[in-house]
Order: sequence, then C-alpha cells, then structure tokens
Amino acid sequence: MLELKDVHTYYGNIHALKGISLTVDDGEIVTLIGSNGAGKTTTLRTIQGLIRPRHGTITLNGEDLTKVPAHEITSKGVSQSPEGRLIFPRMTVKENLEMGAFARKDKDGIKRDMERVFTVFPRLKERISQKGGTLSGGEQQMLAMGRALMANPRVLLLDEPSMGLSPILVEQIFKIISELHAQGTTILLVEQNARMALSIASRGYVLQTGEIRLQGPAARLRDDEDVRKTYLGEH
Amino acid sequence: MRIGQRVLLASVGIYLLLFFGPLAGFDLFRVIGEIANKPSTLLQQLLIGLANGSLLALIALGYTLVYGIIELVNFAHGDVYMLGAFMSLTVIGAFNVDKGSSPAIKATAIVVAFLSAVVFTAGVNALIERVAYRRLRNAPRLAVLISAIGMSFIVQNVGLFWGSLRAFFPIMGVNSAAPKAFPDLIGRIDVFKDILHIDVPIAFNTKDLLVIVMASVLMIGLRLFVQYTKLGKAMRATAENRDAAKIMGIDVDRVISFTFLLGGALAGAAGLLVGLYNNTAVFTMGFTAGLRAFTAAVVGGIGNITGAMLGGMLIGILAAFSDQYFSSRWTNAWVFAVLVMVMVFRPTGLLGESVGQKA
Repeated sequence: MLELKDVHTYYGNIHALKGISLTVDDGEIVTLIGSNGAGKTTTLRTIQGLIRPRHGTITLNGEDLTKVPAHEITSKGVSQSPEGRLIFPRMTVKENLEMGAFARKDKDGIKRDMERVFTVFPRLKERISQKGGTLSGGEQQMLAMGRALMANPRVLLLDEPSMGLSPILVEQIFKIISELHAQGTTILLVEQNARMALSIASRGYVLQTGEIRLQGPAARLRDDEDVRKTYLGEH
Repeated sequence: MRIGQRVLLASVGIYLLLFFGPLAGFDLFRVIGEIANKPSTLLQQLLIGLANGSLLALIALGYTLVYGIIELVNFAHGDVYMLGAFMSLTVIGAFNVDKGSSPAIKATAIVVAFLSAVVFTAGVNALIERVAYRRLRNAPRLAVLISAIGMSFIVQNVGLFWGSLRAFFPIMGVNSAAPKAFPDLIGRIDVFKDILHIDVPIAFNTKDLLVIVMASVLMIGLRLFVQYTKLGKAMRATAENRDAAKIMGIDVDRVISFTFLLGGALAGAAGLLVGLYNNTAVFTMGFTAGLRAFTAAVVGGIGNITGAMLGGMLIGILAAFSDQYFSSRWTNAWVFAVLVMVMVFRPTGLLGESVGQKA
C-alpha cells in the first residue's frame, strides 16, 4: 500500500535519510524503531510532504506522492499524529478534531468518525469544549491521535505516541493502537520504546543514522541480539 | 540592582518626564481642575476617542492578523490603508459629488467607493505577500522585515505618484504631495440635538455614528468569521502551528493569502471611513496611522484579534485626552510611552496569552 523506494532526504547539506526503502501493507502495523536522530521523524515528515526527498519515490497504492502538495497528501489518505503532538493549544478539543477532518467533505462520515474517536477516547468527550493547551500530556496525545483518525486515513502515521507519558498511560495508548489495528486501520508506528512497539507490530524496521539496518517480522527482531542490546537494553 | 527595581525606576522616570518635565510641573492638577470644572468635555473626548479608536482598530487588525499567522510586522500595511483612502477619493471624484449633491447620489458614490477601495486594497495586500514575502517564507526573519519596509516605501511612492495624476483625476489637486480635500459627503448633523431632540452638553454627529457603527460591524463580522467558519478556523490553525495545519490538509499558502486579503480589505474600509471622517487624505497618512495602529496591536497583544480592537480603542481615547488636556504635540509621546510601559510590564500585551503545549 505505502511504499518508499530509496528515499534520500536532506536538511540543507545534512544527509538525513540515506536511501530508505520500506513498505506498509494493507491492515498491517509496521514499526520503525531507532535511537534519537536516526531519521524516524524525518521519514514520517517526508511521507507527509512536509519535507521533499531529493531522490526516490513514495507511492500510495501505486500513486506517486513526491510531487503532490502536502495538503493534498492528507486527502489522499495519509494522516499522522506528529512528533510533539502539535495539537492546536488555543482551539477546543472539538475544533482540533474538526481540523483533522479539514480535507473531507462527507459530513455524515465526519460525524461518524467523531463518534468513533469519542468511543476510542472517552476522555476527549469529557473535555470536548476545553482548550487543547489545558489538557494533560496523555490527553493531548489522545487528541493528536483522534485528530489524525478524523481524516479517515488509509494509513495512519504515529510518531512516538509514548513520548513523555507515564508507564500506565503508555500501556493504555498501546492498547488503543492495537484496538485501532484490530478495527482495520493500517499503521506505521515510529517509536523509541522498541519493546512496546515490537510487541504489537507485525513487522519492523530498524533505522540507524538514516539507513535501514535491519528489517523483518517483529518477533524475529525481538530475538535479534543487536536489537536486544541496542534498543531493548538487554545484555 | 535587581531587574525589577530598574524597571520600576525607569517607568517612574518616564512618568515624571511626561508629567513634570515638558509640562512644567503642575499639569496634573490643572487637568484635574479642568475635568472637575467641565466633566462633559471628558465625555466628549471619550466619544472622539472611540471614533478615532475604532478606525485605528480596523488598521490594527490587519497588523495583528498577519502577525498572528506568519509572525511578520507588515510595515506596508499602513500604506495599503492610505491606498484605500486614495481609491475612495478617486471614485468619489469620478462621481463628481460634493456636499451639495443629492443624498441618493452621495450614497451611491460612498457604496461604490467602499466596494472599490475594499477590493483594491485586499488585492494589493495579497499581491504584496505574493511578490515580497512568500519566497522569503523560510528565510531569516530579518530578510522579510526588510522586504516589508521596502514595500512600505514603494506603496507610499505609489500614493505620491497617484496624487500627481490630476490630469486624470482632477480631485487630486495641484500639488501631488499636499493633503487632498476629501469631499464632505456625510455632514455633521447632531444625533442627540437635531435627530433625537435630546438636550445634552456633548456633540455626537452623523460622522461619529457612521464611523463607530461601520467599524463595529466589520469587527464583529471578522470576529464571528474567524471563530465559526471553516476558513476562519483554518486561519487559527495555521497561526497556531503551520506544520500541523499542513498535516490537517490545509493549504497554508492559500490561507496566508486570504489573511492578507482580509487585512487589506479592513484597511481599505478604514481608508474610506477616515476620508469621510477627517475630509482629508495625504500620501503619508499610512505611515503615521500605521505606527499608531501597530502600537495599538502590540498594546492589545499582537496576534490577538480582540486585543487589537481593545488596543485601538485605548490608543484612540488616550490620544483624544492628550489632545484635549495636554497638547497634540505630546500625543505621540503619550502613545509610545504607553507602548513602552506595556512592553516592560506585560510584554505579551494586555490580552496576549501564552498557552504552551504540555510535555
């Protein structure tokens, strides 16, 4: 479904992605793990069109996205809960969610998805008229994810949903990600918390300084000695 | 010495300078005496301040909208407002109306002038963004700021040139740089005495009424637009976080263009209203009014729409009081002293807030 082929991205002269190739198939959860600065967020920003790759192709169901303007990529079916959440702090929870559906015109579908988001995140319903900036960290993460779901994406990109959350909240967020997957959402999950990510993903890629180091079924990556040492903190 | 003490000392210094320095020491008592003697003057100045303040607020909104969305002080904005006044003058000149024309013709001329001025300044403002700012979107801030100052001079000179075209527009008069006479199409009919037949000691005429009503309608309209429409929400989203807005599928460039259109339209409306109110237009009017309007936007909290309205009113009233009780030559000193005070004690402005994202 989503396919990256030999993608190279630069920040000025810094070669951030050095030929990334990955695929996410329909209905999969694929995780991208790696340490700080490995290029995980850059990969997601490149897919979304916020940065343009200098080489390589990104296709969604065979359609090339590299020339499509960022705001149209969303309506083609890619949405994300970005790094740092980037919710709109002065807008209410409801307005935040409405913004998630900005590219859509099907009013009934939007209403249905709003209900769905409230079923997945009942907390957001309680906070519906509160400003985004007044929510707790965990609630903001839920809002960012709910907002991304409002686009009714074909593939959902999640950038470090566990960042800055307490272990209990992390459990809760990952449970919700599994639920979303069970409901049929295709997910590309970027995580530093490799243990959690590999426990729910079907396949994984390990990113190191802009290159894919390892890839394979999540179970195999979990057993890989390098991964265990470097990313799972085992000896 | 602690920072707080220094700030206090500096503020007390400015205060003393304004009260006791230039005004020889006893003005505070004189002013109190004058107000006690004739309180109606205070009310009168309040009204004048409100009328001037709502015009300032209309211009201030243009600064605040643009600053809110791309964090740029659009220095050319004041000059765009001047173009609004010139466009209105040109249209009214083409109608060949003056004080004595029939009300129907006057009203038509005003409506056509309003529409032309609003469309024209909206277009000019969006064009300025397109040619002078868009390509610098990711450049250092200073580059855009300098570009804005350059645009300000260019637009000002367009005004000067426009004023010299008396061959085409006789209403521009002989001297291109001199203030132009803006026909008095509204007249000064006292609302209380001549229309409502109430005897009050203050004068409130049809011009004040027009300006206050028009400005309020536009401002309330803008507030509702930004609060409730899809495009208005897209503006707020883009202002809060441009990358997040892109992820939502918002065409950020279009939203920014639209913001300039909106700000320009308000400036054009202000240009016409000021012309009708003060019956004069000059190519430097944008520079002076722009400076005060920018101050108003900053005092209210730049980026904040309600703040710009409040700031405009405050600065308008302050200026009216200063004109009445001190001297008009001290008015700018007052205005900018207030700016300094607000910056020192409340750098975010009166209504400015900083709602951060929690970790």
